[in-house]
This record gives sequence, structure tokens and C-alpha cells, in this order.
Amino acid sequence: MFALVGAGLFALGLYALIIHAHLLRKILAFNVMGSGVFMILVALAKRSGDVVDPVPHAMVITGIVVAVSATALALTLMLKLNAASGHARLNDDSQD
Amino acid sequence: MSDKPTQLITDDQQAAPALRLVILLLVSTVAAGLVYVLWSFPASAPGLTHTVATQMSQSGVSHPVTAVLLNFRGYDTLLEMVVLLMALLGVWTLGGTADYHDHAPGPVLDTLARLLAPVLILVAAYLLWVGAHAPGGAFQAGSVLGAAGVLLLLAGWRPHVTLIALPLRLLLIIGPAAFVAMALVTLISEGRLLAYPVAQAGTLILILETAATLSIGVTLAALFLGGELSDTQSK
Repeated sequence: MFALVGAGLFALGLYALIIHAHLLRKILAFNVMGSGVFMILVALAKRSGDVVDPVPHAMVITGIVVAVSATALALTLMLKLNAASGHARLNDDSQD
Repeated sequence: MSDKPTQLITDDQQAAPALRLVILLLVSTVAAGLVYVLWSFPASAPGLTHTVATQMSQSGVSHPVTAVLLNFRGYDTLLEMVVLLMALLGVWTLGGTADYHDHAPGPVLDTLARLLAPVLILVAAYLLWVGAHAPGGAFQAGSVLGAAGVLLLLAGWRPHVTLIALPLRLLLIIGPAAFVAMALVTLISEGRLLAYPVAQAGTLILILETAATLSIGVTLAALFLGGELSDTQSK
């Protein structure tokens, strides 16, 4: 059940990642996708009966910290892009 | 696509409605495929639970998640510390953001930060200690420590310049350095990377976790400040 919610979160994040041009929204959407993946992992860890499989849990803990640091790096890149070019989106034409 | 300078927050363009419908359909297909795969998984799979359970007596701790993180898959945690450090280096390389204004904190935030910071540090220490036999451990404790740091930074506290130069960098590096040192020592003495001797495993894991907690907490707080610290260094 929770795995299905995770799949839904993943799809929601993927949709927002594609349709929004603004980088902040893209970063947020990417985090929602990541949360969906974590949720699927934790939900699948429950399948092993009474004792929960610890390996996916360890992977999720690792993943959360990496996601936080990657988000911080992405936000800094976005601020820098905004300071340099005045807007916070990626241009389609490669001239810029 | 128009190229006029716009505000940071309001500058959002969405795809055209027709295109959005196509994207919606494609994403729905992906979601349906994902749901189908999840649905077709067997309802019960033991995974690695049994493998972990049989090795628990060798791990030096009694909580399976901590055992996996710090002992069986210690390699992952070692690399993750490096990832954190790389992210911070990336942020520092980009330099500080000019429009980062400090506000004098209101009395509520100031009092709250003063009250909460020692409590959060205590909680971090407790989480670190309890990780050996209950949910907790280096990452949770590091996150709480990072939160304490962020709260202090929001309240206008800045580390003294003499603290930023060397001590901050030492704190950042102590986690990865402890891991690498431990990996080298175990590689030489035991013949395998991060294979602790069974008798001392608990102590070694606690030492590693303490170093990792300090580094994670300081790294997260430094990430929050962005490039500001690297600028202070160069002035």
C-alpha cells in the first residue's frame, strides 16, 4: 500500500519536474521523486515478515543525507545562475 | 523563449496545455508501469533479514540498521561521508551569494535558539549513543546537530573568524578521515576493508559514529550558510 503511494509521489514529482521551467520548482519536484523512492524502499522492506529488513532502511538513511546535500548544492547553483543571468531557468537555445 | 530578466520567485513558465496533456499521459504510463511492477512483487520476501540476523552477534551492536550501516556496509557510509564533503566543497567553490542579508533576530527566535541549542546537542548525543541497540545513530544525530547549527545561524550567531579557519575544517574532515584511517588499519590487520575485530567492534563503531556525527552536523550547518564561510576565509 505504502509502495503504491511512493509510486504516486514519484509520478507526481516527475510530472512537475517536466512541466515547470523554474529551477526551484524542478529541485522541489526532484525531492518529491526522491521521497517516493524512499517510501517504496521502506514499504518493500516490510515484506520480510515480523522483522523488518534492515538493509533498505540503511539505504534510505544514507539516501536522505545525500539528497539533502545534493539539494543544497543545487540551490546554490540556482542562486548563482540567478545572480549571473537574472533568471532561474535553463534556456533551450544553447547560445546563452 | 523570452529572455528578459525576471524575479527569482515569480519567474515560472509552464509547458503549453496540449504538451502538458501528452506529458501527463506519458507520466501516467510510467506510474502505471511502476504500480504494476510493485503489484507483481511477491507479497513476502525475506530479503537479507536472515543473513543480517545470523551475523548480528559479530557486528558489535544490537540494532540491525546500525550494524548494516557501520559494519556490514561500512564502505557505503565511508563513501557517503565523502559525498557530503564533496557537496560542501562544490558549494564553497561557487563562492558566496551577494544578496544574503543578515537580520537581527526577534526576541522569540533569539530566546528559542538559546533554549533549544543545548537541548538539541544533548538529543544528538543521546541518539548517537542509543544507535547501538535502538533506532538512532550517526546520521540521525548528525542531522539533529546540523539543525541546532542552522537554528543558531538563523538567530544571527556566527562562528568567530579564528574558529572558521582551521577548527571548522578539522571538524569537517574528522568523520571521513576517521573512516579512511579505520579502513586502512583494518585492511592491514584483518585483511579486509572495515572488517572490525569482533571483540572491539562495538567500541570502534562508537568512535567512528562520533566522528561521523560531528562531521555530518557541521557539514549540514555549513551547507546552510552556503559560500559565506569560504568568503570569510579569503578576506
